[in-house]
Amino acid sequence: MSSEIAAIEIAGLNFTYAQEQILHDLYVSFPEGDLAAIIGPNGAGKTTLLNCVNGLIRPGSGRIHLHGTDIYNLDSRQRARLVAAVPQEFHIPFAYRVREIVALGRSPHLEFWGSLTERDESTIDEALLETETAEFQSRRFNELSGGERQRVVVAMALAQRPRVLLLDEPTTHLDLAHEIEILNLVRRVNREQQVTVVACMHDINLAAAFFNRLLVIHNGRLVADGDPAQVLTRELMADVFKIQADVVTDPISGRPRVALRVHPNGEG
Amino acid sequence: MSSIAGGRIRAPETVRWRGPAAILVLAPLAVVMLASLVIAAMVGSVTIEPPAILAMVWNRTPFGDIEPWWPATSERILFSIRLPRVLAAATVGAALSAAGVLYQGLLRNPLADPFIVGASGGAAVGAAAGSLLLALHFTLLGFGIIPLLGFVGSFAAVWIVYTLSRHHGRSSISGLLLAGFAVGSVSGALNALAILLSGRLQLRIVQNFTWLLGGISVTGWTPLLTVLPPMVLAGGFAFFLTARLNAMALGEGGAARVGVDVERTKFMIIGLASLLTALAVSISGLVSFVGLMVPHAVRIVIGPNNRLLLPASMLAGAAYLALMDLLARWVLAPVDLPVGILTAIVGSPFFIVLLRRARGQYEF
Repeated sequence: MSSEIAAIEIAGLNFTYAQEQILHDLYVSFPEGDLAAIIGPNGAGKTTLLNCVNGLIRPGSGRIHLHGTDIYNLDSRQRARLVAAVPQEFHIPFAYRVREIVALGRSPHLEFWGSLTERDESTIDEALLETETAEFQSRRFNELSGGERQRVVVAMALAQRPRVLLLDEPTTHLDLAHEIEILNLVRRVNREQQVTVVACMHDINLAAAFFNRLLVIHNGRLVADGDPAQVLTRELMADVFKIQADVVTDPISGRPRVALRVHPNGEG
Repeated sequence: MSSIAGGRIRAPETVRWRGPAAILVLAPLAVVMLASLVIAAMVGSVTIEPPAILAMVWNRTPFGDIEPWWPATSERILFSIRLPRVLAAATVGAALSAAGVLYQGLLRNPLADPFIVGASGGAAVGAAAGSLLLALHFTLLGFGIIPLLGFVGSFAAVWIVYTLSRHHGRSSISGLLLAGFAVGSVSGALNALAILLSGRLQLRIVQNFTWLLGGISVTGWTPLLTVLPPMVLAGGFAFFLTARLNAMALGEGGAARVGVDVERTKFMIIGLASLLTALAVSISGLVSFVGLMVPHAVRIVIGPNNRLLLPASMLAGAAYLALMDLLARWVLAPVDLPVGILTAIVGSPFFIVLLRRARGQYEF
């Protein structure tokens, strides 16, 4: 597993939808084991970028390589063994149990008749234990709390045993304690399994606290990329996010933190 | 992959949750289905005792050497009239239930049934065309012109709907449902027109209408033996698709994320389900309710996993329709009621009770 070949290599990516260019000539590379967050205002193209990387949509031009392989040379099964994704919204009809949902993550590995082998079952066990969802594996998914559900969705993605894990705002609907729980889980997976993680993040402070690398996308262009301390600046907050804010350094973690400047009388 | 396995948590200590064991679900259902077949074969103008039925069937196998204690007419009635009809009813029940499981799983819609994407409307138009051509006295493999054109119309309508819903090589689920509704409306209007003009066109509209209500119209082995092999093949192939059908519960994007080739899977599921439906239509007309309610009822009891739901629904649907067909022959004997009337009247109260008891467990 040398680091010469990037886990994700994106070159010259353009994506146009309904005559509107969503992504502009994007070049970016993620080495294996990277822990990166993509931030940017709504509509910047974050989700589109993730969907291009997991092959759900096809860009107008450009190349995407996963561990050296052009993703358009892979069929959907092969691709799903390399890359898994946690979507922004997750709904499932019918009363599926937690274990059944996690088992769906084995889909790209199933043998011809579609039965789960012992190897599939033990991988499901592992994914349940890694996400601490094993104790409620027999419960119905639709009866779980938001935090529990999101852990199950992550478990399903982990059951794919991907080398790249994409997360699209994985914590948006959760309270702060559960947000932190999910992000710690993602970080642990990244560290212990060398899974490359790229997540779109809504909350800039959480992104700066949990990820080693921040990428800023604005109007479909990559405008900043690097260590959180380098990327987050007053100018960036003003230019990209259109807010007045100071960037301070957290005295304990050493990570940057955005402090909003909100006047007591409500003026910007 | 093995090089990074060392860092993972190993040796599961928690108990694995396993759904209901297949054998504990399928074996009792198979017994119930066989019992239904025997009971359905027992009742009629001449009662044939179940032991005699079993003995007669046993005697048709290479091992059979039971001394007959039954009248020869019973044997003739059983093999030339009753068994083909009972088996046809069971086959239709199994096929419609399988199609219902496939469509409900694919469309993620609780109202999905075998006729949702235009099959019933197309069958009705085909049957109306067939009744125009009745004078030709055309038959093929034991099928009359109405069931033949019903089969063609049913399959053609689904093909039209699927084609209409395709855009840039993709067919969306909502597009399928809307196109299905549109084609259904057009064929409903055409059929209404045919009924209004039946006097002038000299259509034998009653025959057509009875067929539309659904009735097992098998009178010999040929139609059954024509329809059975493709149905068995389609049912087996459907089982092969159940893992992907489970993944389709994640929605199209979700299924694609876990490696399902969504467009091809959709094409195969629709093709199989519409073939099963059209085959059922060709020997039974439009039997409503079975394909919608049997999968729901079975799902409430055993859960939504399609790998068990599909075979269990097929067994339950076969038993249910064999018994309903028995009722259709028996209630107003010697009048033969369309079985489609009974499936809904008898089945709905049972289904409503089941649904109310399962409240909360069965949410979409």
